[in-house]
Amino acid sequence: MPETKSDILQGTLDLMVLKTLDAMGPLHGYGIARRIEQVSDEAVLVNQGTIYICLVRLVQKGWIGTEWGTSENNRKAKFYSISKAGRKQLIAETQNWQRISGVIGRLLQLGTQR
Amino acid sequence: MYATLRQLAARLRAWLRPTSFDQDLNDELQTHASLLAEEHVKAGLSPEEALRRARVELGGLTQIREAHRDVRGIPLFDSVLQDIRHSFRSLRRDPGFTTFAILIVGLGIGASSTIFSTVNALLIKPLPFHDSSRLVWIANDGEQGNLSSQTVPVNPFLDLRSQSKSLSEVAAYYAFYEIGDKMMTGEGEPERFTAVPVSQNLFKVLGVQPIMGRSFTEEECRRYLPVVVLSSAMWKRRFASDPNILGRKLTFTNRVYQVIGVMPPGFDFSSVFAPANRVDFFLPFPLTNDTNKMGNTLSMVGRLKPAFTIQQAQAELSTLSEPIRLKNNRDELRFKATLLEDQVRGPFRQALLVLVLAVGVVMLIVCANLSNLQLSRAASRQKEMAVRVALGAGRGRLIRQLLTESLVLSCCSAVLGLIVAIAGTQALSRLEALVLPLRDTVQFEASSFAFTFLIAVAAGLIFGALPALRIPSATGATRGSTEGKSHGWIRSALVISEIAFACILLVGAGLLIRSFLNVLDVDMGFRPQSVTTLRIDRGRGNYYDEVLRLTKTIPGVQSVGLTDVLPLGHNRSWNAGAKGVTYTRSTPPPEVFVRIVSEGYLKSMGIPLRSGRDLSDHDTATSKPVILINETLARKLWPGRDPIGQTAIHVDKDREVVGVVSDVRHLTPEQGSGNEMYIPIRQTNDFPSVELVIRANLPPAALATAVRRELKPLIPNLPAEFRTLQQLVDNSTSPRRFLVQLLTGFSAFALLLASLGIYSVVSYSVSQRSHEIGIRMALGATAANVQRSIVSKTLGLAGMGIAIGLIGSWALSKILSGMLFGVTAADPITFLSTLLLLALVATVASYIPARRASLTSSLQVGSVSPANW
Repeated sequence: MPETKSDILQGTLDLMVLKTLDAMGPLHGYGIARRIEQVSDEAVLVNQGTIYICLVRLVQKGWIGTEWGTSENNRKAKFYSISKAGRKQLIAETQNWQRISGVIGRLLQLGTQR
Repeated sequence: MYATLRQLAARLRAWLRPTSFDQDLNDELQTHASLLAEEHVKAGLSPEEALRRARVELGGLTQIREAHRDVRGIPLFDSVLQDIRHSFRSLRRDPGFTTFAILIVGLGIGASSTIFSTVNALLIKPLPFHDSSRLVWIANDGEQGNLSSQTVPVNPFLDLRSQSKSLSEVAAYYAFYEIGDKMMTGEGEPERFTAVPVSQNLFKVLGVQPIMGRSFTEEECRRYLPVVVLSSAMWKRRFASDPNILGRKLTFTNRVYQVIGVMPPGFDFSSVFAPANRVDFFLPFPLTNDTNKMGNTLSMVGRLKPAFTIQQAQAELSTLSEPIRLKNNRDELRFKATLLEDQVRGPFRQALLVLVLAVGVVMLIVCANLSNLQLSRAASRQKEMAVRVALGAGRGRLIRQLLTESLVLSCCSAVLGLIVAIAGTQALSRLEALVLPLRDTVQFEASSFAFTFLIAVAAGLIFGALPALRIPSATGATRGSTEGKSHGWIRSALVISEIAFACILLVGAGLLIRSFLNVLDVDMGFRPQSVTTLRIDRGRGNYYDEVLRLTKTIPGVQSVGLTDVLPLGHNRSWNAGAKGVTYTRSTPPPEVFVRIVSEGYLKSMGIPLRSGRDLSDHDTATSKPVILINETLARKLWPGRDPIGQTAIHVDKDREVVGVVSDVRHLTPEQGSGNEMYIPIRQTNDFPSVELVIRANLPPAALATAVRRELKPLIPNLPAEFRTLQQLVDNSTSPRRFLVQLLTGFSAFALLLASLGIYSVVSYSVSQRSHEIGIRMALGATAANVQRSIVSKTLGLAGMGIAIGLIGSWALSKILSGMLFGVTAADPITFLSTLLLLALVATVASYIPARRASLTSSLQVGSVSPANW
């Protein structure tokens, strides 16, 4: 049961992180987590630590880059920023998402009409 | 695609440097927690409570770290490494088992890998010439199996070369070159070398160019100019790879030759064309009318034109044969084309196939044995496995772990196997006593290494499969310590198959051993013991009388003789007919092996004289031409009549038969004798070389010194190359001996493994049943009863294995039929003795544990039971 949930949400989380970084510029993990929490009302991130697992995957795919910096409270923090490939991926994923949600939406509409 | 590769590389990097990634993650998580906590403090929580909330919201650190590691790294690698470490620990815990397993698997892998390297060099790799699969061996398809009837004269060769459309080029070499007939003087110690006269285009056809200098020119060949091309080996050994060798003048047997080229090291003429001897350098062979008159002299090699097959070439050569025969006025000329590879490899392909099968069977026995051992280990670990399954270990994971253990074991064994194989291939390539084409090209190379690795992995998977599959699934986990019925059944099946395989090997080895013994028992027609031979130069006047006289003065020398060729060496044939018989083309005079010999030769060789007289020193050029014939020829030419006093015609001249001698096997020990005749050495000049044959009861080394001393006034620089006749005989049986030795070794190993298999199964089952046995004995069974019941049960298993094995051997023994000599493939003695041997081994291997059990069990039960009575 928990597996299926994360499977579906994994792609969503990727998209959210990319979108967040695209919109807000470089952020550290805490910043990204907070932002997603605000937007999603804690529906996506059960544990905030999960965000780092998503981040390392995106870094390895080359969609986001990293840079060490200092956090607001003067601690060592890693700042993430979206890369060129990441922007491309974001566009593709966005279109993909819109198409699927459109299809699902229409499908659900059909069900209620009958 | 690119992204995937990039990600893979990143994962690999992360996997290789786990600590720095863990450190980074740690830093990030701490920053995260502190930021969260500050937020909570701002909202009014106490610092402690804020930190606690932050940690809760962040989630379990260990879980995050592990998930992080799995995502960024290669989790499979991690668990495999873990399994490997675990395997090493578990193998170290059981050093007896580990040592034994590594030993037998290592030996098996080593043997397989050695055989692979041998087969690779002898059968698979191309011959050491350019594009060797297009090379064609062209022989005269003569009736007799000797060299004379397989070669052609110069003119038919030239005709074939100009007329053939399927062959782009045909070259030839002089097949009757004499081993060691070129004595080099003036360069330190005199030494004999072997030279092959070749046609100008031979190197071109073989596709090999000299690494230094050049090949022969047309003119050098036509005029037989004194130039030589050295083999790389001779250049290296005798001239220390002298870079200024070209143009150097060398004296061979009183003629001065100029070095014009050196062949590359990979060009190994003798390993392909003359496996028994080395070839040191090459001379031009003139293709002229003079050399044409020498008769059948040339062996030919051609190269197929690109679009042609060997069948097409053969078809063309068949149609060309008759016109060329007529034009050259030959009695017999039929060109026969075979691929050079088949020609060289054909004779021992079957033997190698047998070795491959044998070593495969050995490997199977090794695997069965290890499976068996692993099963008994698994039985003792069953509780551990059941607990692990109960605690949630997946069955797949456990199977993988057990297979890893087997693979670790087989890879450790592969290290031993590598050592065995490297030593084995090296020993083999240097085994001078084994006369086999391409033998010196056997080496351990990259493909052998890959094979060793593959066979190790395959063996590990095979012997690991059974124990791994016996891991209980989570639902049916057995908690008990007794083994199930099926378990015992599998182990019995393994023992049966081990015995069956061993049986097959034993039958094969037995058949070949008996053949080998039969070959050794063959009456060669001469007695090779205490006969030493020495190549000497030809001479004039009373040279031969002096050689014989001086040698005879050596104390210990019993008799001395001269011959042009020794048995099992070169062979040439002339014709010989009976006076009074008319011979035509359709009924030609028989072909007869010819030997040019002196008086004393028969005695030295130990060839019995059947009737008439031996040759004598009075048979000279001025006396009446005489001849000795063997019994076969006597029967052929003068059936039912006394040949003594008859006249043999169509020889070099008409000769009176003065004696009949018994037959000698000149070709191989396995082949019958055929027609033979002996011509006095003083009555002909038609022989290229002379061998001194000495029968003496002296050790060969002492004899050599004495002969050199005595002959010094006559032959000042006599080389120290003495050969015993026994060596010649041994060389001719060496491939057979080699095969027999290997197979015997394999079967002994197989027998040992099979008996160990029986022993381990019986002792295991006895130890499981010790309580039952004890009760039985308490109830009145004697030790003998118990032993008998255990042994007879084992013999039942062995009987099944032997039955399967005998049927299998009977089916397989047909592939041996070509190699058998004097026994049939269904030889009852071999089959029966194999049966008895295996039954005996099974009895002994089961009796030992049975006896132990019957003694200890009675003690155990005896010590506890009286109190209960």
